[in-house]
This record gives sequence, structure tokens and C-alpha cells, in this order.
Amino acid sequence: MSDATITVDRGCPSGLSPAESSNNGDVSAFVSERGDKRVLNLAVRGAKCAGCLSKIESALTALPGVVSARLNLSNGRLAVTWTGELNPNVVVSTVSALGYGVSPFDNDQSQRQAENEERSLLIAMGVAAFAAANVMLLSISIWAGHGEMGEQTRRVMHAISGAIAIPTALFSGRVFFASAWKVLRSGHANMDVPISLAITLALGISVVETIRGGEHAYFDASVMLIFFLLIGRFLDARLRRRTHAAAHQLAALQAQSATRLQPDGAAKSVRAGEIASGDTLLVAPGERLLVDMEIIDGESEADESLVSGESLPRMAVPGVKLYAGTVNLTQSLRGRALAAADDSLLSEISRMLEAGEQRRSAYRRIADKAVSLYVPLVHTTAALTFIGWMLAGAGIREALMIAVSTLIITCPCALALAAPVVQVVASERLFSKGIYLKSGDALERIAECDHVVFDKTGTLTVGEPVLVDKDAASPSLERAARLARASRHPLSRALVKAAGPGRVAPHVKEHAGLGLTAELDGIECRLGSAEWVGKEIPAMSSRLQLWYAEGDDAPILFEFEDALRSGALQIAEALRRRGASIEILSGDREDAVRAVADKLGVSEWRAGARPSDKVERLEALRAEGRKVLMVGDGLNDAGSLSLAHASLAPGGAMDVSQSASDAVYTGGGLEAIVSMIDAARGARSRMLQNFSLAAGYNLIAVPVAVAGFATPLVAAIAMSASSVIVTLNALRPSARGS
Amino acid sequence: MEMLAFLIPIALFLGLIGLVAFIWAAKTGQFDDPEGDAARILIDDDHPLP
Repeated sequence: MSDATITVDRGCPSGLSPAESSNNGDVSAFVSERGDKRVLNLAVRGAKCAGCLSKIESALTALPGVVSARLNLSNGRLAVTWTGELNPNVVVSTVSALGYGVSPFDNDQSQRQAENEERSLLIAMGVAAFAAANVMLLSISIWAGHGEMGEQTRRVMHAISGAIAIPTALFSGRVFFASAWKVLRSGHANMDVPISLAITLALGISVVETIRGGEHAYFDASVMLIFFLLIGRFLDARLRRRTHAAAHQLAALQAQSATRLQPDGAAKSVRAGEIASGDTLLVAPGERLLVDMEIIDGESEADESLVSGESLPRMAVPGVKLYAGTVNLTQSLRGRALAAADDSLLSEISRMLEAGEQRRSAYRRIADKAVSLYVPLVHTTAALTFIGWMLAGAGIREALMIAVSTLIITCPCALALAAPVVQVVASERLFSKGIYLKSGDALERIAECDHVVFDKTGTLTVGEPVLVDKDAASPSLERAARLARASRHPLSRALVKAAGPGRVAPHVKEHAGLGLTAELDGIECRLGSAEWVGKEIPAMSSRLQLWYAEGDDAPILFEFEDALRSGALQIAEALRRRGASIEILSGDREDAVRAVADKLGVSEWRAGARPSDKVERLEALRAEGRKVLMVGDGLNDAGSLSLAHASLAPGGAMDVSQSASDAVYTGGGLEAIVSMIDAARGARSRMLQNFSLAAGYNLIAVPVAVAGFATPLVAAIAMSASSVIVTLNALRPSARGS
Repeated sequence: MEMLAFLIPIALFLGLIGLVAFIWAAKTGQFDDPEGDAARILIDDDHPLP
């Protein structure tokens, strides 16, 4: 394929997805060796169509030594295998140059386990479907030949049905038997107990009936039951795996490598997991710290906005502790890793995460609540039916037959399908909008929320400063920008963004914590803080300031502000319309938070909140009985994200925050929050509808069965009809168009 | 009615072939990347004889 032409345009050739850029460090730490082959797994963003597939695969196979490159379009994973001395960074830059976002991907164990579970459920379902179809065909012949068919023929047909149904029940039904046995041993009951009981009783009675040449056998009912229930199980497993994979992939997008200085002085690229406490790490300007670290050499500025919510950078000098998630801004730093240190912020947060996890696992899903009502009801009805018919003078055999048909007809096919189908449909729709759900019950919890707590920096606001009064500053803006272009400081970048592209001043010197100097046309120019340009500090302003001076001229002031994200105002309005109150909890300065709160019309807000303060506030809200939806991106939000009733994180959040939250939305728009809530509420009402449909079905079917009119034909029709109705209701498009 | 003695086993055998094919397909990962497989058929990677 080396002669394939590679188009010059970047990104998806069909225009389905815009070109993305990726900013990666050294990926050689992610290469694994298999024999003489080397394998690199990458996560690719923006690949949508056949054009992308061939573009990426042909470009990679054209590289020297590449044996195979295969992109999985469903999950965006690219596996590249090569032999020889090809630099893995060349692979990454090749894909990146084609206009796709790319980052190393770590294949983990739990992922593979989930895949295997899904696959074995799929096979069990296929076997059950085969058996159900064949047994059903035989049963229809028996029903059609009722009254005409000889006893011998009928017995043979029943025997063949049994020969198909019993192995199927053993193979496909083991999912339910195993789970029922497990809960029975621990003295509880779940949905699988009546299922297993019904399957076993139905099979047992059918075998007895076949032997004595009876008219009715329930082999068809038992395999159909297994088939319909497995559909629900399979959908549930698929949803869990997909959401898990999506969340994992988002985290993998941030999997980066750090540079470790070996004892002999050589620099080596390592994965975050390989860093041990006490390692010496080198952090280049613009790089993000992966672990907590104490600076031992170098002087720079650090952007801690993801850690504390503080939007102004802080000085990093030897002795200062920096937390994971901090971005080093100006000069390269050398530091000692504190990964294992107990007093680190990360360990405090992981303690909070554990507490939150425990809280959340106590949540009972709607389906579980339905089951706990349903199981005793079904068993009591079946038992009463048996006793009733015995008292009415029917024989043991007849009473047992009727009790079993009651058990089969009430068996929770529709109930088992009610929640998973709705959740799969809703999460698939959200998925197409760039919202990744972690689990099905997240939808249920989000639907219940009535109070939304926002973090400010990075969530409500863009998280980076923007020049406020562009026109007033314009004459000097371009000249100041020439200095600023040489710096990675957030204020310099904001200045450059406002000025647009242009030249860079020669020999710009950066003084950490102070500012920049350079000579423009023979005049010394300074850009930086008030002290740096030699100005008395003026009256305090809530805005971030940058001063620019040329020689001895009066300095010029540029003011910056952390701008609101697009749509933030509409979102606040939309949330209020949906009956949710809003609150802001931020770690940033008071005046910055007040400005945002005023703009959004939010009266409840708090500034300077530490992670523990946020957790406390959430505990207080919980004590008041409020169901809180927390939206946040920072490391300092992780604890409260896991503690909230439900939580959301933007795609750019720290991976700790993403894994602590129930859903992750990509793209800058806050609209995702509203569509999430709408989808969750829609799904909830759809689930309740399904449960009522299932209950309604039982109201009709149970009296029929108890009265003894439930022949196998009636049972089969009733059971399939209820399952199909529930599924169709879940697939029905919703009125809101979500 | 003797016909059934042939027809039923034949029907079951044919169904079984389908089932075995399905299990083979599932085990070899043919359902792992439905989107990619749908797109791959459009890729023009054949080389005409010179």
C-alpha cells in the first residue's frame, strides 16, 4: 500500500470531524515488545469514516519496518506493530500530521474482562435464540395438531423439544443459576431466584409430562424465558463495557509520560505509574506534573488552576511543593517526586474518593427496587395458587401445573428488559452528542437532582484569562505582543491571542515571577507586573493586570478577566426553568467568584474553598435532603464529585475528576449539562412507563394463569408480547428530540 | 408421518450449522468493530494487474 496517495488536507476527508491537534510528550514508555515485534496502542480522536481508516493505515504501513497498522473505528483504537529501530514518536507524529488527535493508550485488565463477559453473554444469547426458535417450531406443530395428533407423535415431538431445551438451559441459563445460588447462600433474594425456580420447575414438569405422554409441556416457555432475559443482560453488559471504555479512553487521552533523571544523569521517559517516591524528575516549560513533587532546582511559575481553582500563577522555587496537575510555565524545573507521601493532596483526595464510592454503592437502582417488591409477590401468588387448587380438590399434579404456569407467566421478562433497554437507548443518544456515561444508574441519579453545584475555573469560565478592553490598548498592543510571544505565561498568551499573529521580539529575557525584557528598535521594553515596570502599585482591582513600558515612557495597563464560557448564562436560565437551584463553589479569589456569580444571578456562592470545604458543603446539602449534581474539573473537585448524588466533568478535566464523576462531556459547551438532565429525566419516565406496562401485563396475565387457563400457547404469546412492547416503548423517539 | 424422522433432524442440523458459525464469528472477534468493518469495504486497496 506504499503507493497510496495521501491527501494533504488535515483531518477527516469527508468533513465529519474537524482536524485536531495533539500535544504529546515522549511515547516510548508505552511501547510493548512481543518477540522481535514492537506494539504501540494509540487512541485516535477524529477518525470517522473509511477515508480516515485508509489515510491513517496507509500512511503508517508506508513507514519503514511497520508490519501492521489497524484502526478500530468503533472505539478509536489504533494498534501499530513494527520491527526494527523505528522511533515510536515518528508513528505518533505521522498520525498527528494527518490532522488527528492521538495519544498513547494503556490496555488494562478490567477492560479485557468486560469484553469477555460481553462475548460469553452474546454466545449464550445466540444459543438460547437457536433453541427457542426450534422448540417453538415443534411446539407450534403440537398446538396446531391438537386433537388430531397421535399420542406417540406428540411424545416424540416433546422429547425432541426436551433434548434441545435441557442442554440450552444448562448452558445459557447458568448466568441466572450462578447468580441465584450466590444470593441464596447469603440469605437474600434477587430477580434471578424466581427465574431459576421457574426454569427448573418448568423443565422438571415438562420431563414428567413427556414421559407419561401428557398434552402440555413447557419446554418452549423455559427457553424463551432464557432468551428474553439474556437480551436484557447482554444490553446491560454492553452498556457497561461501552461506557467504561469511553471513560477509560478519555482518561487515556491524558496518559502522559514524565522525564526521569537516572542516577547516572541520563534522562528517560517513563509512565506515570512507574514513578516512585524520591525519583528526580525534569519538568519542561508547558509540561503538566503527573505526581506531587518538591522543587529542588530551578525557578519558574506554576499554573495551579486545575489543582486549586486559583487562576493566577504562583512562583515555584526550590523547597516549594507542587501538586499533580500543575502546569509548569516559564523555565524548566527539577524536582523530587512525593508520590507516596501521605501528606500529599492526592492522598487526601483519594481518601475522599473512597468515602464517596462507598456512599454511592449504597444507591439502589430503580430495577432493584422493583425486584424487591416483585419477587415476594410472585412467589406468594404462585404458592397461594397451588394451595388454592389443592383445597379446591384438584390433584397435586394439576395444582402444580397451574402454579408453575403462574410462575412462568409472571416471570419478569418485561421487568428485566425495562431498565437496560431504556438506558442503552438513552446513553447511545448522549454518546452521539459527545457525552459519555459511566453507568446506567448514573442516569437515574442525575434525573433525581434538584440542586446544581458548579466549580468556577474551567467549568463555568474558560479557565484562561482574556484581555478585557482591547480597543483602548490597541496602539501598544502589537508591540507588547512581540515580547509576549516568547512566553508561555497565561497572561502573555492572552495578550498574544488578542493581538493575533505577528513578529517576535529578538532576545526576550524572562524573569520568573516578574516579567519580560527585550530591546525593540534600541529601546528597552518591559512587560510584566507593576513593580517590574517601576510603577507604584495602584488601587486594588479585581482584574488581572499586565503592565507594558517602553524606555522611560508612562507604562500602559492591560487588564484581563477569566471569561464566562459560551452559553453559561443560558444554562443558568435553563436549569432554573427545570426547577434546579444553582450554587458556585470555587477555590479562586473572592472577587473573581463574585463577578461570575453576579453575572449568572447566583446568590449562593463561596470562594477560596479548599477540597475539604467543598466536601463539607456537600455533606451539609445532603443533610438538608438536597440531591446535588456537581459539575467540576479540578483535582480539588474530585472528592466532592464522588460525594455528590451525581456528578459531571468536562472532557478537559483531570483524570481523577473524570473517574470520580458519573459522566464526562466533551467540547466546551455547557449545553451538555442540560441535555444530560433532559435525557436522564426522559429515560426515568420511560423506565417508569415500562414498569407500569409490565405491571399492567401481570394484572391481566396472572388471573388467567391462576384460573388455570394458561396453556403453553397463551403463556408463550403473553410473554413475548410484553417483552416486545417494553422494547418498542424504549426505542420510541422522545418528544424533546433527545 | 415417517417424513418427520428425516425432516426434523435435517432442520435441526441446518440450524446447528448456523449456530456454530455464529459462535465461531463471535469468538474470532467479528463483532468487535462493526463501524470499522462497514467502512472498510469502501477502501479502494486493490491493485490492478500491470
